[in-house]
Amino acid sequence: MQALYAQLLVGLINGSFYALLSLGLAVIFGMLNIINFAHGALYMMGAFCAYFLLDLAGIGYWWALIIAPIAVGIFGMILERTMLQWLSGLDHLYGLLLTFGIALIVQGIFQNYFGSSGLPYAIPDYPKIFGFNGLQGGMNLGFMFLPIYRGWVVVFSLVVCLATWYLIEKTQLGAYLRAATENPTLVRAFGINVPRMITLTYGLGVGLAALAGVLSAPINQVRPLMGADLIIVVFAVVVIGGMGSIMGSIITGFALGVIEGLTKYFYPEASNTVVFVLMVLVLLVKPTGLTGRAA
Amino acid sequence: MKQQLSALLLGTALALGSGTAAFAQDKNVKIGVLTDNSGLYSDLGGAGSTLAAQMAVEDSGLAAKGWKVDVISADHQNKPDIATNIGRQWIDVEKVDIFMDVLNSGVALATNNLVKEKNVVMINTGAATSDLTNAQCSPNTIHWVYDTYMLANSTGQALVKAGGNTWYFLTADYAFGHALERDTSAVVTKAGGKVIGAVRHPLNTADFSSFLLQAQASKAKIIGMSNAGGDTTNTIKQASEFGIVAGGQKLAGLLLFITDVHSLGLKVAQGLNFTETFYWDLNDDTRAFSKRFSERMKNKAMPSMVQAGVYSGLLHYFKALEAMGGNPHDGAKVVAKMKEMPTDDKLFGKGTIRADGRKLHPAYLFEVKKPEESKGPWDYYKLVGTTPADQAFRPLSESACALVKK
Repeated sequence: MQALYAQLLVGLINGSFYALLSLGLAVIFGMLNIINFAHGALYMMGAFCAYFLLDLAGIGYWWALIIAPIAVGIFGMILERTMLQWLSGLDHLYGLLLTFGIALIVQGIFQNYFGSSGLPYAIPDYPKIFGFNGLQGGMNLGFMFLPIYRGWVVVFSLVVCLATWYLIEKTQLGAYLRAATENPTLVRAFGINVPRMITLTYGLGVGLAALAGVLSAPINQVRPLMGADLIIVVFAVVVIGGMGSIMGSIITGFALGVIEGLTKYFYPEASNTVVFVLMVLVLLVKPTGLTGRAA
Repeated sequence: MKQQLSALLLGTALALGSGTAAFAQDKNVKIGVLTDNSGLYSDLGGAGSTLAAQMAVEDSGLAAKGWKVDVISADHQNKPDIATNIGRQWIDVEKVDIFMDVLNSGVALATNNLVKEKNVVMINTGAATSDLTNAQCSPNTIHWVYDTYMLANSTGQALVKAGGNTWYFLTADYAFGHALERDTSAVVTKAGGKVIGAVRHPLNTADFSSFLLQAQASKAKIIGMSNAGGDTTNTIKQASEFGIVAGGQKLAGLLLFITDVHSLGLKVAQGLNFTETFYWDLNDDTRAFSKRFSERMKNKAMPSMVQAGVYSGLLHYFKALEAMGGNPHDGAKVVAKMKEMPTDDKLFGKGTIRADGRKLHPAYLFEVKKPEESKGPWDYYKLVGTTPADQAFRPLSESACALVKK
């Protein structure tokens, strides 16, 4: 039973990455109608950005949490301005192919220069307050040893997910955004710069991916292929949650992390595939996903 | 028109003539480096293996003696079916004579069958499974650098001797992981230790926390990592996060490469024990080669033992071809010649190739240095023990290889 609690918690930790990434995908798909296959590569760029900040400029983790998403977000906005915007109104397939191509190119370039084994990035050891040594070390919860960093990841990503949901579903700006996806011409008639808003939204989605990248840098090696390994699972999460549904993708992200964690305990050999089995089942029963609206 | 035609005919006749001359003493060789060029093992093989092959060709001096040696390379993506497809095309269309590297045990076993069926040569420097020279041994295959039996024998034995008598395995769920777990379990049990359990994780896993928790709960003294490359580095990194070593359990890296240690950094990797058969800083010859190698690598990496094996293996192959006076394009014949000749090169020293295809050389037990002991980048290992060549690998008396039992 103790082991089970531990696995549930570990599942939640992985779930936070799924949630952050699928949230970004859902925002981009919901607002721009683009299936952003470059998401994994942008996540990887976030982690590398954190590595470069530390290695070249001596800027640590806490600043990287802010700087990396902005930097990669700007890169994303440039992509949107120069390439993706020309595809609006075309079939989804074009956006998918373009972003997939971008992902392959970005990964290829990083792999060429940094190899595949990855680079080390340590868990931050500051600030030293309240007896904490930054986020290093861990605490004994009785049923498991919880690394403080992992606990931080869950809390932080939950906060970010809910803030994003609030921004889009509950604020004036979010209302404009949602209106602009429904009827861009009408929103433009009210004097709102729709293309700029769309660019900023893409930047936000990309920034979320980069943020997840920074969060994962101290846990995994900073590797060029770290995103490629993850993105397929995250897509399954988005499909299960319902394309374009913000809350749906957050909840599904965490839930699937837990389910995957339990599989790793009961039948580890299937832990790579369980998400896809679920995806097939959901698609058979409810093709729009668990919380999705009919297209 | 007529003139053109006769010129053409003359040309054809000449080409035919030179063709037959070449047949009498064929000095064309084509080397195929079949490896992981893009995945989790690409740093320990990959482009570095292709570079090692090119350096072997240059250093052999064959070009000056009228030989024409080509090196081609392909990415098998760690998938046996893709590897076999590439292999067939290489043999049938490209006329490849010898397969080098072929890391990943699943890929290696599949290629092993193909190479035998088509009678070409494989010098395997990358795969770990000891089955290549045991139950699956072949007259066309030489297993050059290391294998699971040797790793288990050296690292496993040393750790049990040091008091690590209960083991729990974290095993990559494919041919290699299973073979390494099996061979290490045998050594541990034989030395008086006990295997408490094992968990099998899929190849290329990013998050090991679930598996590590299970290993932690087992209370075994040693957690044996029967995995490699990115899987091992992630395991080690996350184990330190979960306080496994601080809690008194010891991690055993059963297969670790210098590229893994480099990627982990000494702070995380220090104190790990593991076995390799090559290290760039062993002696003057290995240092000289490694310096040349690293200068030509894009990321300035030192050679792994897999890449060093490609260089060393090819040099021996070339010696055999030279002794035969030409390339007979008959894999089994060349391998038989290679087994007859003792090996001697600057990277692995003097050695022999056994009837079962096993190349014999010493195995070195290393310990990763502490950060303050290291003099600079890539200065990572301390030598703590050497197993002589005749004891490092599976003795022929235990062999299930059909080539031995005659």
